[in-house]
Amino acid sequence: MTTHVDSEAAPAPAEDFLNRPATPAQRIQSVLHRQPALSPAIVLVLAAIVFSLVNDRFYALQNLSLVAQQVAVIGSLAVGQTVIILTAGIDLSIGAVMVLASLLMSKLVADNGVPGVLALLAGAAVAIAAQAVNGLLVTKIKLPPFIVTLGTLSIFTAITLIYAKGQTVSLQPGNILMWSADTVSIGQLNLTTGVLLMIALYAVIGYALRYTAWGRHLYAVGDDIEAARLAGISVNRVLLSAYVVGGFAIAVGAWILVGRVGGGDPNSGLNANLQSITAVVIGGTSLFGGRGVVLGSLIGALIVQVFVNGLALAGIDPNYQVLTVGVLVIAAVSVDQWIRSVKA
Amino acid sequence: MNLSSTHISGLRSRRTRAAAVGVTICLGATLAACGSSDSGSSSSGSGKVGVSLILKTLSNPYFVSMEKDAKTQATKDKVSLTVAAGTSDGDTQTQITAIDNAVSRGDKGILITTNGDAVNTALKRAKQAGLFVIALDTAPNPANVADITYATDNEQAGKLDGQYAAAALNGKPAVIAMLDLFNNQVVSVDIDRDHGFLEGMGIDPGSKTENGKEAKSGKYTGGSGGTYKIACHQPTQGAIDGGRTAMENCLSANPDINVVYAINEPAGEGAYNALKAANKETSVAIYAIDGSCSGLKNVTSGKFAADAVQYPGKMAALGVSSIAKLARGGSKPSVTNGKSFYDTGTALVAAKALGGLTVQSPTQAASACWGS
Repeated sequence: MTTHVDSEAAPAPAEDFLNRPATPAQRIQSVLHRQPALSPAIVLVLAAIVFSLVNDRFYALQNLSLVAQQVAVIGSLAVGQTVIILTAGIDLSIGAVMVLASLLMSKLVADNGVPGVLALLAGAAVAIAAQAVNGLLVTKIKLPPFIVTLGTLSIFTAITLIYAKGQTVSLQPGNILMWSADTVSIGQLNLTTGVLLMIALYAVIGYALRYTAWGRHLYAVGDDIEAARLAGISVNRVLLSAYVVGGFAIAVGAWILVGRVGGGDPNSGLNANLQSITAVVIGGTSLFGGRGVVLGSLIGALIVQVFVNGLALAGIDPNYQVLTVGVLVIAAVSVDQWIRSVKA
Repeated sequence: MNLSSTHISGLRSRRTRAAAVGVTICLGATLAACGSSDSGSSSSGSGKVGVSLILKTLSNPYFVSMEKDAKTQATKDKVSLTVAAGTSDGDTQTQITAIDNAVSRGDKGILITTNGDAVNTALKRAKQAGLFVIALDTAPNPANVADITYATDNEQAGKLDGQYAAAALNGKPAVIAMLDLFNNQVVSVDIDRDHGFLEGMGIDPGSKTENGKEAKSGKYTGGSGGTYKIACHQPTQGAIDGGRTAMENCLSANPDINVVYAINEPAGEGAYNALKAANKETSVAIYAIDGSCSGLKNVTSGKFAADAVQYPGKMAALGVSSIAKLARGGSKPSVTNGKSFYDTGTALVAAKALGGLTVQSPTQAASACWGS
């Protein structure tokens, strides 16, 4: 009886502690802290409103469809990057692996006559294997993820160039690899199956992070690796799984890239490494691990693309697109730091 | 997510955060310099002349073609060739390292397609050390940083495209998308081709050194003349995905675009993908520059209205033999009459001739094309 009362009573002081009178700023901090995707979502909506006011073509559904298509590749990579960054890691090689996988898929079909489905699976296998290498170097040799992926960035890029000999590969429509470029009309929106693939990827990984033991373990490892170890979590397995899941996301990105490029091109996707990190950071995921959601990264990728598209529509010098992205990154990290300061 | 909130993260030390911030900051700087790709041998004895070929990247068949023909020529001329390349377009740091390596190796000359003006100081050092410097593909800025340049007249290449575009319009209004290379670096090839195209159309570029300074609308005087509007200048990084995104944004801003200038074939290819997705591929003419074998096929199939071709292999092979001759007591190479560089030529490839313009058919051009 008493124990029952105790357990009922126990949360009360904690509730009081959380609900004690707070300044408006503290309340905002607290809300933003609980919803990491909220601040980037606010930025996205504001940006969309401003660009709609500046140019009436911006809001056109045809234009928004294009923005969605443009974001599909980086958006997919950003899922993998988010999972890895949540473990307090980082993946500088993510774009290089994607280019390698997309070239392999295309070349197997175009040069070797391999059926599309097998080529797709082979590309996915290579992406996952490459990421497993990253994961093993991080967990078995205990190298910092930054160093590992800095090295493999060069390695995978070189393998791609040696394999491609600088040539691009064109694919014919009708191949399953080109399926990601097929148009899907939802009302006035003309999306591609690639966009739907990306959304499905977000749904699956987002669900796994939120509702499975794996997801909770991943956050725990990213938050405090020692505490997670003491709590009995198999830290190395969780870290390795983050890279493997990253590999899966890369495979989806590679498939969408093949559709956008119309085949394989060793030069397409070269900036994807940093773009994926940019999306994650703007999306409110902490580079220090343990805090963030994949949805934020999608919003982060959309913010970048909306600015690039909106500024282009307004006829503004492209240099300002680059400048804006830089400002967004700094602002996003500053907001992250401010939100964190609330609980100190 | 549940565990991410207040309970545990307060324990994390300030030091971890500081380290992570440091890592983030050095990200940009490190990537630019990471991974050099020097390769090749350096046996400078036994009468062999050392030559360094320093390319922009090896991810483009254009430069791969240079490498291939340079190697063939090097074997003929008994030259010891060292090939180096930047890791990406604009990677000057790797090129500077390769230049310094050439000097310390005692090479007789350098062939370089520069990634930007940042290599100038290193090239001057090389010249002072007695190396003969030949710029390939593009003259450095200023041109005297190299002893001589072997190149396509990029302005002329753009001009041929522009003249053809004006003739093909036959007096109709032009709504032009300019798909350039970069937005953040001044690269002469980017300026020369862009300006050449405008000049060919009969539009004043409005600046000698910058893109996008022409009047945004007015009259073009090429062909039978007419009105024009510049819909956009967008960077493509010279890649298919960049070309596609740029074209999509241009089309959103201005659905009436009927002329596309593309800095190179991959940018043109990306533009075609975007136009096709918008069902506009038949009503818009794409003008590209490069002359690869697959680019010529795009002229045949009608993806490109025309393609100005260039001969990268020829530039590299001539460069190798010039340095070999010079090192064995021969004379210095000289520039093409009336030009500031040795012009390796360009030609316009189109499916049909227009308005008295000289064009090659894709079949004629195929004998000298590069890549696959």
